[in-house]
Amino acid sequence: MIKKMDINLTVNGRSHAVSVAPRKTLADVIREDCGQTGTHLGCEHGICGACTVIVDGAPVRSCLMFGVQADGAEIRTVEGLANGNELHPMQRAFTEHHALQCGYCTPGFLMLATSVLEREPDISDDDLLDVLSSNLCRCTGYVNIIKAVRAAAAEMKEG
Amino acid sequence: MATGTNRLLGHLGDSVPRLEDPPLITGKGRFVGDINFPDQLHMRIVRSPFAHGTIKSVDTAAAKAHPGVVAVWTSDDIADIPPIDFREGSNPALALFRQYALARDKVRYVGDPVAALFAEDAYTAEDAAELVVINVNELPVLLNADDPPQDFKDGYTTEAALVEQAYGDIENTFANAFKVVELDVKIGRHTGVPLECRGAVGRYDAARDIVELHGAAKVPHRNRETLCRMLDRPASGVHLYEGHTGGGFGIRGELYPEDVLVCAAAMRLDRPVKWIEDRQEHLMAANHSRQQRHIIRAAVAEDGEVLAFDDEIYLDQGGYIRTHGTRVANMTTGTLPGPYRIPNYRAVCHFRLTNKTPAATYRSPGRYETTFVRERLMDKIAVEMDMDPVALRRRNLISLEEMPYWRDLDVLGDSVEHDPGDYAGLLDQGLARVSWDELQAELAQRRDNGELVGAGLSMFFEKSGLGPSDGAKIFVDTTGHIEVVTGGASLGQGFETAMAQICAEDLGTDYRRIRVVHGRTDRIDYGVGAHASRATVLTGSAVSKTALKVREKALEVAAELLQTPAATLDITDGVIHAKDNPTGPSVTLGDVAAALAPAAPTRGDRDPYLAAEEWFNIEHQTYPYGHHIAVVKVDRETGEVKIEKYFIAYDIGRAINPMMIEGQLVGGLAQGIGGALYEEFTYDERGEPLSVTFMDYLLPTLREIPIPEILLTEDFPSIRTPLGIKGAGEAGITGAPAAIASAIDNAIGIPGAVTQMPMTPQRLKKIMDERLG
Repeated sequence: MIKKMDINLTVNGRSHAVSVAPRKTLADVIREDCGQTGTHLGCEHGICGACTVIVDGAPVRSCLMFGVQADGAEIRTVEGLANGNELHPMQRAFTEHHALQCGYCTPGFLMLATSVLEREPDISDDDLLDVLSSNLCRCTGYVNIIKAVRAAAAEMKEG
Repeated sequence: MATGTNRLLGHLGDSVPRLEDPPLITGKGRFVGDINFPDQLHMRIVRSPFAHGTIKSVDTAAAKAHPGVVAVWTSDDIADIPPIDFREGSNPALALFRQYALARDKVRYVGDPVAALFAEDAYTAEDAAELVVINVNELPVLLNADDPPQDFKDGYTTEAALVEQAYGDIENTFANAFKVVELDVKIGRHTGVPLECRGAVGRYDAARDIVELHGAAKVPHRNRETLCRMLDRPASGVHLYEGHTGGGFGIRGELYPEDVLVCAAAMRLDRPVKWIEDRQEHLMAANHSRQQRHIIRAAVAEDGEVLAFDDEIYLDQGGYIRTHGTRVANMTTGTLPGPYRIPNYRAVCHFRLTNKTPAATYRSPGRYETTFVRERLMDKIAVEMDMDPVALRRRNLISLEEMPYWRDLDVLGDSVEHDPGDYAGLLDQGLARVSWDELQAELAQRRDNGELVGAGLSMFFEKSGLGPSDGAKIFVDTTGHIEVVTGGASLGQGFETAMAQICAEDLGTDYRRIRVVHGRTDRIDYGVGAHASRATVLTGSAVSKTALKVREKALEVAAELLQTPAATLDITDGVIHAKDNPTGPSVTLGDVAAALAPAAPTRGDRDPYLAAEEWFNIEHQTYPYGHHIAVVKVDRETGEVKIEKYFIAYDIGRAINPMMIEGQLVGGLAQGIGGALYEEFTYDERGEPLSVTFMDYLLPTLREIPIPEILLTEDFPSIRTPLGIKGAGEAGITGAPAAIASAIDNAIGIPGAVTQMPMTPQRLKKIMDERLG
């Protein structure tokens, strides 16, 4: 048997002391050991970005990181985006602009876009599109995702 | 209540937010990967690394000895389970070519399931699967459908079927034609590639003697029928559950080997069994689609009338025939003439097996391919006849006066009868919208300045609303909330919202008070699911009919309660009131439901409950139509194609939620662009797949997708549905490769240059190097 390691993750403000195999991906740890299944796996080789979460303030593809590498980290997932029943501006913009269909890629886009705008509120539109082009969506054709993120960016900036 | 406010109640035509969204934007969705049962096992499929061979042995001993492995099956362990049958029922002519859940005797493509391994966790299952050794006597590999067929088995060749459709007099028409125009074109192998890979969880509930399959999609009721036949169980003993589904596009939700295996294993190993596909598997195991070669000729009269098409088609079906049988060949041969008259016609499709992943339907099957072929041909005819390509198309479009236009072709068992539409009229609107003539002049100017820019047009007709029947049940509870139970399915396209809006319109209530059930065989005994752009058309019409029946009952009871004639009543936001006095005496739908409780004296001799069940039958499919216009810029050095502008015109008949329809069109367009420029499954000479990661199989990102302009018209409601609805799922993809190909020709100044999709930078650069010097 592979020896497990004890780690401590904070996911959406809640502490999780879990024992995981060193090779287990952060995505699987978040989903299986922390029970937060909103983070999705679309390719498991770092291309699609569906598994994007925010680790210590930076967007990360959680399929490309091991759980043990996140020991002690502050992690934010889609489940932590809303403030209670109050949706985050990014979530509200996604539904208002019909930026999701099947919703599978949505958590990754929400976390990527939120994280980038938190880090760079004044990011140029062209750079924003470059960042967003790092995630894949197969349903929407992206047009409404762009609209939603632009709308949320304006709202987040106003604060 | 809503009277006097502008609040949208989500009735027909309202672009209201989707009911589906709240769980999906908050991480509360339940996709198949999120479904777990205590004590579950994890299945891993061991797949053939050989494209073709006779199985000598499958050594599972080392895998079985691996800690945490509970069982390893090969075909001998499930010898009693027959091959996976066709969705529409048995077909003796094709039966030989079906796929077993685990390969027997031979493997026929890289990825063919050979063994199934069951372990305590998914990581262990994947480790142990590598210990299974497959020994094979390799056989010659057949990779091209236009190469001579090989022996398949028992004297049958790999040409599994020859599908032919024809009318008129081909021989004489060509013999006497003013001009014959010939074309040889290829459509590449690509497919749906939903962002969520497939998955299945099988569970046997011994307490109720029921086999459960979670992770079902698209056609749960049809799959239940097939599973019952395969597992020899009654329908009441097998239930399929569709949860959230991460995209389908035709390929997800068909009955696959893995679905059968988790059900059989759940019963035989007496533990729940979970299988989640990884992306590498998905790209070699889930249905591929599209790959066809068309060698076509047209007979043309002196004035540009196209008198005949004669097409010979080679369809690359891959290793086996899956649940669809020859449906793609049928749709290909049945829809090729498109929106044009074409008085004489013959299409012969060689439906051939090869040693590649089995193929089936992907969004707009048959129409995507034939629209590319037909519109390429129309462009070539225009060049050879020295006619303007728009004028040539106009000369041949079926006119409004000829509608409904019948022709002697079959599409999925339904003879093709175009419902009324003004193809030329919509073309006028579209060309005006894009200022076609000015656009041509502007592009010519830019070409004179050295840019490789051009525009292309493609026209298409779609088919939607595959019948013949569908039903729905509606129940209104005493709180005035409504449940609509359908046999439909949702792959993410907004089915719940669409059904709720239809019901809300007819019942005069807020769509948010309506819960829509789909994909559950335990809630309704029948259902046709979501495919062929049929869900909104068929299930929606059934919901409307059922809702009107509920409305009638509600008004009848309210009339008694309010002592007012039913004909004078109306329902607004769930409140029944006199039409001319919205704020006067009223009862709610909940009050009426209470008045119809079994023991309520107000019920009288009526059936209890405010509920109904109704059926809708459709005579023919509906045929929406439209066109695409693309403007592209080509990079001479790299062969890269950039889409500068894109325009889609589409007549939807009647829009339920325009926002969702535009979402379907734009999403379809992105996939169409993928198939036109980027996406392709390639193989090496041994049949080894070369496109099994997202670094090799290229999905478009938002940098590749233009923001299209959409002209959505409701000029011709369908005569086949009470609400006039036509389907919306496929129109965004259908015309894309043809319009882009035409625009590329125009940009590089070589008419007919593009005869193959996808037009990758490498291919386009080669064309330019060879022909532009």
